Amino acid sequence: MIELENVYKIYRMGDSEVHALDGVSLKIEAGEWVAIVGPSGSGKSTLMNVIGCLDQPTAGSYKLDGVEVARMNDRDLARVRNRKIGFVFQTFNLLPRTTALANVELPLIYAGVRDRRPRAVEALERVGLGDRLHHKPNELSGGQQQRVAIARALVTNPAIILADEPTGNLDSKSGAEIMELFHQMHTQQGLTIVMVTHDPDIAAQCERVIHIRDGKIIGDEHNGDRRKVPGIAEQMKPSDSVILESVAAGATR
Amino acid sequence: MTIIESIRIALRSLSANKLRSALTMLGIIIGVAAVISLMGIGRGAQQAIDRQINSMGTNLIFVSPGSINQGGVRSGQGTAQTLTYDDAVALATSGLSAVAAVAPEVRTFGQAVYMGNNVNTQIVGVTPEYETVRNYRVQSGEFISAGNVTARSTVAVVGANIVTTLFNGEDPIGQTIRINNVGFKVIGVLEAKGGGGFGNQDDQILVPLTTVNTRLQRGNFRGSNLVSQISVQATDASQMDLAIQQISEVLRERHKIRFEDDFTVRSQQDLLETATQVTGILTLFLGGVAGISLLVGGIGIMNIMLVSVTERTREIGIRKAIGATRGNILAQFLTEAMVLSVFGGFIGVGLGAVMARVISAAPLGGTLVLNSVVGLDSVLLATIFATAVGLFFGIYPAYRAASLNPIDALRYE
Ligand SMILES: Nc1ncnc2c1ncn2[C@@H]1O[C@H](COP(=O)(O)OP(=O)(O)OP(=O)(O)O)[C@@H](O)[C@H]1O
Ligand SMILES: [Mg+2]
Repeated sequence: MIELENVYKIYRMGDSEVHALDGVSLKIEAGEWVAIVGPSGSGKSTLMNVIGCLDQPTAGSYKLDGVEVARMNDRDLARVRNRKIGFVFQTFNLLPRTTALANVELPLIYAGVRDRRPRAVEALERVGLGDRLHHKPNELSGGQQQRVAIARALVTNPAIILADEPTGNLDSKSGAEIMELFHQMHTQQGLTIVMVTHDPDIAAQCERVIHIRDGKIIGDEHNGDRRKVPGIAEQMKPSDSVILESVAAGATR
Repeated sequence: MTIIESIRIALRSLSANKLRSALTMLGIIIGVAAVISLMGIGRGAQQAIDRQINSMGTNLIFVSPGSINQGGVRSGQGTAQTLTYDDAVALATSGLSAVAAVAPEVRTFGQAVYMGNNVNTQIVGVTPEYETVRNYRVQSGEFISAGNVTARSTVAVVGANIVTTLFNGEDPIGQTIRINNVGFKVIGVLEAKGGGGFGNQDDQILVPLTTVNTRLQRGNFRGSNLVSQISVQATDASQMDLAIQQISEVLRERHKIRFEDDFTVRSQQDLLETATQVTGILTLFLGGVAGISLLVGGIGIMNIMLVSVTERTREIGIRKAIGATRGNILAQFLTEAMVLSVFGGFIGVGLGAVMARVISAAPLGGTLVLNSVVGLDSVLLATIFATAVGLFFGIYPAYRAASLNPIDALRYE
């Protein structure tokens, strides 16, 4: 379970301060599928990085499964990033000049797993890349690279998948395939998924949409039965106009 | 994560960037090879000279004409002509307790001709004692006899190399060669002394001492009984100092010296020390050159390591984001640096040894031959230095990157 209370992330740039996160309080239960939306520069990535233990907040409390992250040392944090969380980046972040298989094996090495190959192969097969095991990132399409990244996130069987604009660099078809993968992971394995997106259609597929602006949460909606929703606009209540506006702003960016 | 695991990661990462790895290794290879080869050559020169001095004989004392210091002006020995054959006879017959044998010699340069061949070489006038005192062995025929000396015979004993240079490898015994237009009958061939060196002893032609001044010399030596040098063998290594003292007393009396000696007495040990001083300076100089190349190699390693680790900050960020601890990252870079420097070190040692060989084999100044000596200390010195440089400049930036938040490392530009 993810629990943030009054979290701040402040960057000092000379005399001025940037409040990338400005007192964020948030609870995400196990098994939820959450979208984080908001205009560019609103602090979505910052929030994801804090949740993913890739970055430390300036102030406030972040508890992951009841444990205060600020109290964790380097080893504990590495363990959390390795076992509990799988991170998917907008820019894939695969090791260059390294095969898909070796990229997916990497987290298993740090997890101390001995029999890595079958698990890595299985993860790649799960994302539909069983026939691309020995391709290097520059020999794969963007969508395929992102699927390798997802396989890498999945291979240690984490409870939480964090994805920062996973479809942001992909065309709509590859994006839809990636979303299908997330959907499977969520329904079949009950994974908790938090994803940042600018695409209202994609946000509409999630169960819950958290809205951020200027480092503050300004909306937190449950979508009801997400699969029946064709587009977000039809489902909007009047109070959601702010959300609509900023989602659209992101989408047309 | 085990050590084997980190070595495997390191190898994988090294082979993923073969060119970069090769370049880093090149810095190590050049530095190590330079030290190994140059130090080896310096050592080889030292040993060659030592060997040559030792091959002259044992417990030797050399008496040469002239003093090292004449009236405060340093004039090389041998300039004054004060040492005579009679001095040598006196040393041999005065019953000096510490003197075992006395071998005077007179040297000149001459051109020896046989059939169509000719060589310019040292002609040494000797007495029979020269053979034992200066440690020569006759390979075939015989050495200069006492009879040859008294009769001023025109006979010659040739060095081993002369057989090839003058006689094309044929048996020279009984043949007549012309030295400065005087015919000499070859009566013996010397065994090779080997070791080469300056003024190779195997290139000499030995003739009776008396014959040189009467038939071959020009200038002051012609018709005189002057000698170039007297080699004296002491009875024992412990008697060297006593022998030097006895020799000096006899010569001072004969030359009626009151203040300053007109001859110089030096032991084989003195020669060795002088030579060691000279070759020591040579080795130091070569070591300095080697040190500079090691430094340049080190700067190369440093440069590539710094660039490659900075360039890999993003990789470090990725690794941290998927669960690598700071220790994992450090272990990886440590093993990478170790693998590079150990491999590079090995190749450098091999290349250095080969280079030393090649330079040894190259003819330096005619007959000077060096057998370069690759010392364990230079191997260790070079490898440790290169490794330390690689480690420091690889680990330090890696440590800095590993201490960053993963996200800062991922965003690093
Ligand atoms: N390292 C940093 N130093 C200074 N300011 C930063 C840094 N990282 C982020 N910021 C600032 O924090 C704010 C939030 O950035 P963040 O990346 O979280 O935005 P975002 O919501 O993900 O935007 P986008 O949709 O464009 O990805 C921005 O104003 C940004 O300029
Ligand atoms: Mg972002």
